[in-house]
Amino acid sequence: MRIHQIFGMIGLAFGLIAAFPSFADEGSDPQRIVSVGGAVTEIVYALGHGDAIVGVDSTSTYPPEARAKPDVGYMRQLSAEGVIALQPDLLLIEQGSGPAEALSLLKASGVPVITVPSGHEAGALRSKIATVAEALGEEEAGAELGQTVMEELESLKADLEAIEDRKRVLFILSLADGRPTAGGAGTGADAMIEMAGGLNVFADVEGYKRLSSESVATLRPEVIVMMDRGTAAEHGSTDPFAIPALAASPAGEAEALIRMDALFLLGFGPRTPAAARELAAKLYPERIEAGSSESASQ
Amino acid sequence: MIEGGTMVRGAANGDRAAAERVTLAVLAGLLLLVAVMAIGVGPSGLSPDRVVALLAAGPGTDRFPASESIIVWQIRLPRVLMGAIIGAALAVAGATLQGLFRNPLADPGLVGVSPGAALAAVAVIVLGNGVLAPLVQPLGIFALPIAAFVGALLSTFLLYTIATRGGRTSVATLLLAGIALGAFSGAITGFFLFLSDDNQLRDITFWTLGGLGGTTWLKLFACGPIMLAAVLASPVLARGLNALTLGESEAFHLGLEVQRMKTLAIVLVAGAVGASVAAAGIIGFIGIIVPHLLRLAVGADHRFLLPGSALLGAALLVLADALARTVAAPAELPIGIITAAIGAPFFLWLLLRRRGLLGV
Repeated sequence: MRIHQIFGMIGLAFGLIAAFPSFADEGSDPQRIVSVGGAVTEIVYALGHGDAIVGVDSTSTYPPEARAKPDVGYMRQLSAEGVIALQPDLLLIEQGSGPAEALSLLKASGVPVITVPSGHEAGALRSKIATVAEALGEEEAGAELGQTVMEELESLKADLEAIEDRKRVLFILSLADGRPTAGGAGTGADAMIEMAGGLNVFADVEGYKRLSSESVATLRPEVIVMMDRGTAAEHGSTDPFAIPALAASPAGEAEALIRMDALFLLGFGPRTPAAARELAAKLYPERIEAGSSESASQ
Repeated sequence: MIEGGTMVRGAANGDRAAAERVTLAVLAGLLLLVAVMAIGVGPSGLSPDRVVALLAAGPGTDRFPASESIIVWQIRLPRVLMGAIIGAALAVAGATLQGLFRNPLADPGLVGVSPGAALAAVAVIVLGNGVLAPLVQPLGIFALPIAAFVGALLSTFLLYTIATRGGRTSVATLLLAGIALGAFSGAITGFFLFLSDDNQLRDITFWTLGGLGGTTWLKLFACGPIMLAAVLASPVLARGLNALTLGESEAFHLGLEVQRMKTLAIVLVAGAVGASVAAAGIIGFIGIIVPHLLRLAVGADHRFLLPGSALLGAALLVLADALARTVAAPAELPIGIITAAIGAPFFLWLLLRRRGLLGV
């Protein structure tokens, strides 16, 4: 009899879900979008199609409305049936999403899947926007947004040109267990430091790697950049200058620490020029003005 | 007096055999029930009668929308079958190893299966676009499962060779060499982790967590038969494992071909676990908990324990996967969380109730 009750409840749930509208016609104006990747979701919102989003992945945390959408899980661990259940008429996925089996099942089930290229350069940012815009049938608005983003990055670059003495920057991804992990060449952090006119002192190393205390002495960072996760979610201290080697560095002596929101800083979406300018303004307070590129962040 | 004694023993044996038969029947029924329910539920709103209709219509039908046919035929059905086969294979492998080592904590890591598979898989993830590209690229998405399987078999073979001298395999050497080889594989895996970039690191993390999310018919056809063969062949070992509980020389004096049995047991475990790791990554817990649950509940006779473990392992993994798919829908939970969350409290409860019965 308990089994009957369980089946009854399952049946009720099925009935409720079945009441949802069926698959919409394919066309250039998608009504049910599943958006995977923080930057992709930001672009969809920036192009004014946020209301059509019926599901996002767990990396889509901006704008705040996106967090209220059903979460299909981490972008590399998507569930095919979970996505199909949302009855999307467009699936936008950032390059690197997976697993491959789930994506091939989704394609086979008739969901149009558009892969958005990833990348950390200005050019990649523009093609990200263009790809999303085309999928939404918003080519014009997309070209405009792409143009704005490029112009803002160019103007920042021009402002930075006059600065001869580049700051030596160390990006610290995490301080878990009191052992800092820093961003080397090829990382988003490296690209962001470059855009903001800084000099990544950890660029001899590829990827995110543990930093030995001794090497900090030779790197001589003048500024430490970290992500601001809002809370002290990491175990242990989140104060880099609690680590003696970092406290003794030029950055430690000047207490030069910059914290920025993770997705804002490393999302590589439409807000990237604003993030780069904000970082630059914090690196060179006398030379760079903050906040002149707010337009792209809407 | 003597006659009376024999009668009592006979009656006790009869009771136990009856209890074992009933348990097996109940477990088989449980597996069937869980499997039917697992095909019927999922995050998409398909009503149970719709699922039945889709199953009856066969794959690739055009009487229903393609997406519904795919959900039932390409997503749920292969997953449920794969879950049942992997659950059975892992539980049988665990029961076999615990019998062979006469150690209640034995798991596939001890015969090199998991460390070897992990090393090979991590190597493919990290070096797949570099040094190993000529080997990896032609295999496409099958490179990872194939590597895991080959890695598992190679390291088990190496360990077996180390532990065997003059045609005799020393279980103690196998155990110690397994720990050493595991540490060494772990060191190399750690080095690959150091070399890996951000994306590779995430792939590795999810691979080691395991899960049935990537199940396809192709994987099922590639890995399933190996596991199924191991499960079906395992009852051959039952008498030998029973005798081995007395000790190795005692088993030999009982007229048992101990060496042949050890070889067969190791081959069987390596095949079963290697294939399961290749299909779904490392899924812990089932191999340890399921045989112990049955030992506590019914008894340690391997003639019952092996098929019982297969049925209960299959039912537990199918149930865990059904929950993993639905609890956090539209996302999926890692399956290891659920197997542990279901199994561990129940196991502790049994352990408290029947304290001391494991004899350890």
